Order: sequence, then structure tokens, then C-alpha cells
Amino acid sequence: MTLDFTRRVEVTLRLNGRDLTTVVSARTTLLDWLREDIGLTGAKKGCNEGACGTCTVLVDGHRMNGCLTLVVQCEGRSVTTVEGLAGADGVLHPVQQAFAEFDAFQCGYCTPGQLLSAVACIAEGHAADDASVREWMSGNICRCSAYPQITAAVLAAAREEPGR
Amino acid sequence: MRDFAYARADTAESAVDTLADPGTSVIAGGTELLNWFRLGIAAADRVVDIGGLDELRGIASDGDDLRIGALATLNEIGEHPLVTQAAGALASACLQAASAQIRNRATIGGNVLQRTRCPYFRAEEPLPWPCHKRDPGSGCTSLAGRHERQAIFGWTQDCVAVQPSDPAVALAMLDAQADVLGPAGSRTIPMREFHLTQREAAEAGQPMRETRLEPGELITGYRLPASTDGQAYVKVRERASYEYAIVSAAAAVRLDRTRAAGATDPRRPRQGRQGAQRQGAPRIAAARVALGSVAQRPWRLTLAEAELPGTPLTREALTPVIERAMADAVPLPQNGFKVLMARNAAVRALLAAGGAR
Repeated sequence: MTLDFTRRVEVTLRLNGRDLTTVVSARTTLLDWLREDIGLTGAKKGCNEGACGTCTVLVDGHRMNGCLTLVVQCEGRSVTTVEGLAGADGVLHPVQQAFAEFDAFQCGYCTPGQLLSAVACIAEGHAADDASVREWMSGNICRCSAYPQITAAVLAAAREEPGR
Repeated sequence: MRDFAYARADTAESAVDTLADPGTSVIAGGTELLNWFRLGIAAADRVVDIGGLDELRGIASDGDDLRIGALATLNEIGEHPLVTQAAGALASACLQAASAQIRNRATIGGNVLQRTRCPYFRAEEPLPWPCHKRDPGSGCTSLAGRHERQAIFGWTQDCVAVQPSDPAVALAMLDAQADVLGPAGSRTIPMREFHLTQREAAEAGQPMRETRLEPGELITGYRLPASTDGQAYVKVRERASYEYAIVSAAAAVRLDRTRAAGATDPRRPRQGRQGAQRQGAPRIAAARVALGSVAQRPWRLTLAEAELPGTPLTREALTPVIERAMADAVPLPQNGFKVLMARNAAVRALLAAGGAR
């Protein structure tokens, strides 16, 4: 069977718990779509080449770079951004609460990506100790260098809600 | 980013059919292709998505082989018990590559097809300087400029770039085979021959070629012969995590359990406590070792592999063996340090693979 190539593609996915269907240009990245089309600006565009991690989101619970993911590759998947972390009642996610308590940021630009990455890091079981957090959080650059506080926050949140 | 038309493949064959049109690229994870489109490195008008093909997924034992599907991500491979048991160097190489979030997207099929990290190559078009890979025949700005991270084997005046893949080094060391599907059917390519140096490509009359994969062919997976050898992957880099290798080394070692160095030789006089301990180092029965980021291909040290059986597993004994096997290195003016660094990485990988501290 010959495949049908199109520049506009219909995609159905779940975004922060809500099902939606959209039509996108095939080349649209998940990051650009979230920020420009949907208006969710939590995921940040830092390097736009997979080097900084500020665009980290969860796809089916796995952390990924929004700038290296096409929307068309998310067909049938569930995407979580920082806007979907807190409860509907506004209660912060334990990882968000830990970042606030440990002052795990300065300018805050990398924080949404750090938070999503930390949620996945804990769920994966990679937040056992200082060394594993530093290794498994290395994909999120913080140019204010709040790394000690970020590490402490991830470890504290992991103690509260351990992963697998 | 470059505009393109998109289709989802329903079978591997349907994807290969679309590749008959040279303006078609495959996307799996996309961590390389999207950046190529941004920089103008790839010029495809059509993209075929193989990401939904379950036939290319999975990690399983297949008789004496370990079979890894092309769509297995680096994180899946790095943490899979079958891989950590039978191919520890590959698991380690996968987990030392990129970052946790890139490893969730990047697949082992695409990883070995990544292009060099040479900054003169990875710049946005139009390139303000000559680069042979971007504009064939234009010359190598790196050779005339900065080249401390570049090749010490197999380079030419046209290009001095290295292949940066970590998993490729382990696959070449472990004698993995790539399963490939093309218009003429399926075939296998040994991973120790998969990549080409600039000199090999030039000698074959195809100076732009970087791999033995033919246009229109798709990697569907890999097969690794089962191994009980101790293994290690040593990656030397400028920061402890999330960085490309300056050099790397993959090794597999089987120890000779029947005799320790010198200990069973009855002609040797007994020595003091210190001497006996030193002589107690195990000897190597068989070893494999490959270097990474020293050439445009993983660099098996075949001369060393021939010499290593019988060699004691000590830094002192291994170092001259590796040195002899690297005697044909031709460093560039700024990267002589890579010869020493690669030698030491190979020795460290062998020691770790053999279980020495």
C-alpha cells in the first residue's frame, strides 16, 4: 500500500488530562504548539536543539524534550506540562512544594523543565541519593546554578513520594 | 524548521518503499533529524514515521543472540536486564549518552546514524566557512582552525571529524550485527565495519560516504552474540554527565581462571609477600577493546586483542600493549593529548572489564 504524505495532519491527544483533536503542520514541534497554538507557556524555549532541557514535558509519563518532539509523534499519547502538575484545587504537586521550600531556583526560567524532569526522575526510581539525582537530572541546565537546592528538593520530594 | 509532508508507516516494508524517493527521510525518535532540518543539514521534503512499528520494538533473547529492535530507546536498552547481563558495555554506553529526556526519545537505530558534532559542520545555513560535509570539495575549516576534539585515525585533508556515538563503540566491540531492510530485501552489516573513516571512503571512490548503509536501507535491529565476558565502557569528558566524549573505550575481558600471573610457574623461585601479591594478578584469556571519538568509526584495537591473551590484568602490563596497538595514530597539531587519553581509557576499560579496581 502506498503511504499518503500530507503537510497538515490531524492529531488526537490528551493534554493535562483533557482530550483534544487538532490539525497541525507536520513540522510543528510539541514545544511550539504548546506555546504558540495552545497558549501554555510553561515549557520554555531555551536552546531549541535539545541541549538545555527547559522544554521538558511528560509524554505518557516519560520526560522528553518538547523541542525534539513533533506534535504528530504524540498521536494517542498523554502530554503533561507544568500547568498540569498542581491539583485542580490549586494545591501544589509535592515536587513544586519541595522546590519552593528548598529555594530551588533563582530566575525561574529553567524551573518548569526542572519540575517535570524531577517528577519523572522520582517515578523512575532515580532519586535514591545525591549522586543519582545529579546524574539523572543532568539534562536540565540551570544557569543560575541552583543545583544544590534542586538536588535537595528532589531528594526531599522523593522521600515523601518514593518511585518504583 | 524545514517544511515537509508526513506519513506514518504501517510496516517496515512500506517505509522502505517510500525511501525509493531520495527526498524522503525516516523519523523514529527525531532527536537528530529535527536539528538537521533546523540547520539545513538534511533537505528532505517527505518524512516517513516508523515510530509506530511494533515489529521494530523490543529486546529479547533469541537462541544464543541478544536481539534489540531498532526502536528500542537508549534508556530502555541501558536498564534492560538482558542487556545489563549479556552486554554490559552497551548498557553503560547507552546510559552515558545524552540526557535522561533525550534517551527517552533517541533510538538505537538512529543513534549510530548521528552525524559528527564538529561545530564547523553543525552551523546554520548558509555556512560562513567551508565544510567538506556540507559543501563537498570546499575544504576543512577545522583542520586550519580548531581541531583538538577531532580524529587521530583515518582523517584526510578534506575532513577530520569523528563519529560521536557511544553505543556504536560498544556495538562494534561486541561484534554486533545490524539487520537492515532495503529494496532488495534484508541483509546484515557487522557493526565493526558499519562506519567508514574519511580515508576508507575516499579509497572506495565515495568520499562523502560515512557508513555502509545504502541509500534506501533501514536499520531494523541488532543481534549480539551472547557473552559472559566482563565488560566496561569508559567515557572521558569535560563534565561528569550530559556531554560528548573526548575519547571513550569499550572492553570485554575473559580471565584465565586456571592460573594467575607467575603463580603456577614452578621454575620461578618463591618471592616475598609483596612479590607474591603482585604475581597474583589474573591473566587475560581473551579480550576485545574499541576506542570511540578517535575516528569517524569505532576503532577496534585488533593488534592489542591478538596480544592480550596471557597478559596480566595490571596497568603496567596493559599499557605497552595498547601503546603498540595505537602506534599508527596520526594526531593533528592540537590533539596529541587524545593519543595518551585514549590509551589510558582503553587500559581503564580493560581493567574494569576484568574486575580489577
